[in-house]
Amino acid sequence: MNVLVFAESDNGKVAKAAFEAATYGAKVASTTGGTAAVVTYGNLDQAGLNELASYGISKILHCAAITDLDPSQLTKLTIAAAEETSAELIVFSHDYTGKSIAPLVSAKMKAGMVAGAIDYPETGGDFIVKTNVFSGKAFAQVKIKTDKKIITLIPNAIPNAISKVKAEGAADVSAFSPELGAQSVKVKDFKSEGGEGINLTEAELVVSAGRGLKGPENWTMIEELAKELGAATACSRPVSDIGWRPHHEHVGQTGIAIRPNLYIAIGISGAIQHLAGVNGSKVIVVINTDKEAPFFKAADYGVVGDAFVVVPKMIEAVKAFKAGQA
Amino acid sequence: MNILVCISKAPDTTSKITFKDNDTKFNEDGVQFIVNPYDEWYALVRALELKEAQGGNVTIISVGGADYEPIMRKALAIGADEAVRVDSPAIDAYQVAAEIANYATSNAFDLVLTGKETINYNGSQVGGMIAAIMDVPYTSNATKLEVSGNAATIERDKQGGVEVLEVNLPAVISAAKGMAEQRIPNMRGIMAARSKPLSVISATVTDSLTETIRFSLPPAKGDVTLIDPENITELINLLHSEAKVI
Ligand SMILES: Cc1cc2nc3c(=O)[nH]c(=O)nc-3n(C[C@H](O)[C@H](O)[C@H](O)COP(=O)(O)OP(=O)(O)OC[C@H]3O[C@@H](n4cnc5c(N)ncnc54)[C@H](O)[C@@H]3O)c2cc1C
Ligand SMILES: Nc1ncnc2c1ncn2[C@@H]1O[C@H](COP(=O)(O)O)[C@@H](O)[C@H]1O
Repeated sequence: MNVLVFAESDNGKVAKAAFEAATYGAKVASTTGGTAAVVTYGNLDQAGLNELASYGISKILHCAAITDLDPSQLTKLTIAAAEETSAELIVFSHDYTGKSIAPLVSAKMKAGMVAGAIDYPETGGDFIVKTNVFSGKAFAQVKIKTDKKIITLIPNAIPNAISKVKAEGAADVSAFSPELGAQSVKVKDFKSEGGEGINLTEAELVVSAGRGLKGPENWTMIEELAKELGAATACSRPVSDIGWRPHHEHVGQTGIAIRPNLYIAIGISGAIQHLAGVNGSKVIVVINTDKEAPFFKAADYGVVGDAFVVVPKMIEAVKAFKAGQA
Repeated sequence: MNILVCISKAPDTTSKITFKDNDTKFNEDGVQFIVNPYDEWYALVRALELKEAQGGNVTIISVGGADYEPIMRKALAIGADEAVRVDSPAIDAYQVAAEIANYATSNAFDLVLTGKETINYNGSQVGGMIAAIMDVPYTSNATKLEVSGNAATIERDKQGGVEVLEVNLPAVISAAKGMAEQRIPNMRGIMAARSKPLSVISATVTDSLTETIRFSLPPAKGDVTLIDPENITELINLLHSEAKVI
């Protein structure tokens, strides 16, 4: 089947999740005897486009006219691109942008959609996709009954989710400007909170801390550990509610759900609503003074100890480890 | 302003999740059902605040069987004026959205609010689908919502900051944490809810696009490996050589 991948751009760069979606789409296309194309938008650099092509993408349709995340225009763009490439499957990343566009494309095309896929589809007989349900507490196999199909893919859900199949060369990029209609959403402002660190949903390593840290001033060591590891920072809900940390760092049922390779939870008790956002992590490390903290039940590695003693030791240990690797 | 709030039913967050009939159905035995938190705390309460400030009417709508009525009564107790139940099981996001869109279009609502996602299916699908079927603007994940005349101003969290958006009404907006504060229904509300209109209408949509075949549970987690706080180097070594994550 021919596959179209919606690739999100962010400040002129192709998002990491888009490379994952491209690899996924290319793999589905190749196992079913089709080709994979990409539709993307905004001000993109050629290097990013060339890199996209190296993941098995045969054609890239690029619409420079759209620069804002306008669901109505991006929906029209995606549908036109699906027609142009005779796509039977459209793949989005299950992130902020994908969630804003994919349901609209699905309803307009009457193409069945599975949100939050965590594996490749079964394509032998029925088209069946495995997805996360009940806040990560269970999985469902969902059959798509329509000829045209839509999947949103959870970032970091598939091991080796990004794999190059050919060297980077000049990508086959066509300027693509279908009829887009008027913009439906106006972006009036962007209030920066400064957190220009690693994108939390895309991060492979995450260092997270909770109320056990006692005050915002104690995040210096959390940030230092994250920096040494090349990790993003996250926090529990009470910590963002009282304003110790920005809201976009809050993970859990009411915050964002993440699936990093490594989640380090420091001074977080492990309430069920917190776990709902992080239980898809591959490896969980818990540091807590209370050996009865529920988080230890969900952990792979645990340290029963005081964060103010353990974290500085971790920073030293990571530094030493990196020095040994170099 | 006439506001339609989409209310879904969800298992309480602390429920144990199990399945029955060869893992084809969610086992509801002993499960406590609640109004999906995003629908109740944020979408519904913000709709009530807007009505209190500007006048109008708040209708709630659910697509589901008679088993939805207790949670619909709760939404009425919190303050919604009337309730509509589309009498059909919720089969998939498209079918639910098409029912709601049909009702919203024929009853000329200014604003349709949904939660950002249901905590049982986590799809974030229904709101966008309603907007696409109605052909009106959609914004997801709103943490703030103000309405002035014909325009809605929305804020939402994005990596690195907060985005401020404007759309013209009618529109569909999905609500996330921050939009309002949870309200606990009081005795008067609970009494009043009993006599508020809850109408049941027949389904108009027959096709669904997807079908859930089977459920499964994640494999049980092995025991935690405890590391001596005096020997943190070992933790880093294990993360490298055993877990292979650094
Ligand atoms: C409907 C609902 C939705 C919710 N959604 C979310 C959500 O999305 N995300 C979320 O995080 N929470 C959520 N919560 C809140 C959740 O239930 C917990 O209250 C919250 O996660 C607790 O945060 P915490 O672990 O940081 O704080 P606490 O529960 O106060 O835990 C602090 C921990 O730090 C440990 N500690 C103390 N001192 C030290 C030290 N020096 N060194 C090491 N450890 C130390 C303590 O032993 C304790 O385990 C939700 C709650 C409800 C009811
Ligand atoms: N059966 C239903 N009846 C009414 N509204 C629903 C139903 N299912 C979902 N919704 C609404 O759609 C939102 C998103 O649902 P979902 O796409 O399942 O994540 C929910 O927060 C509800 O507001």
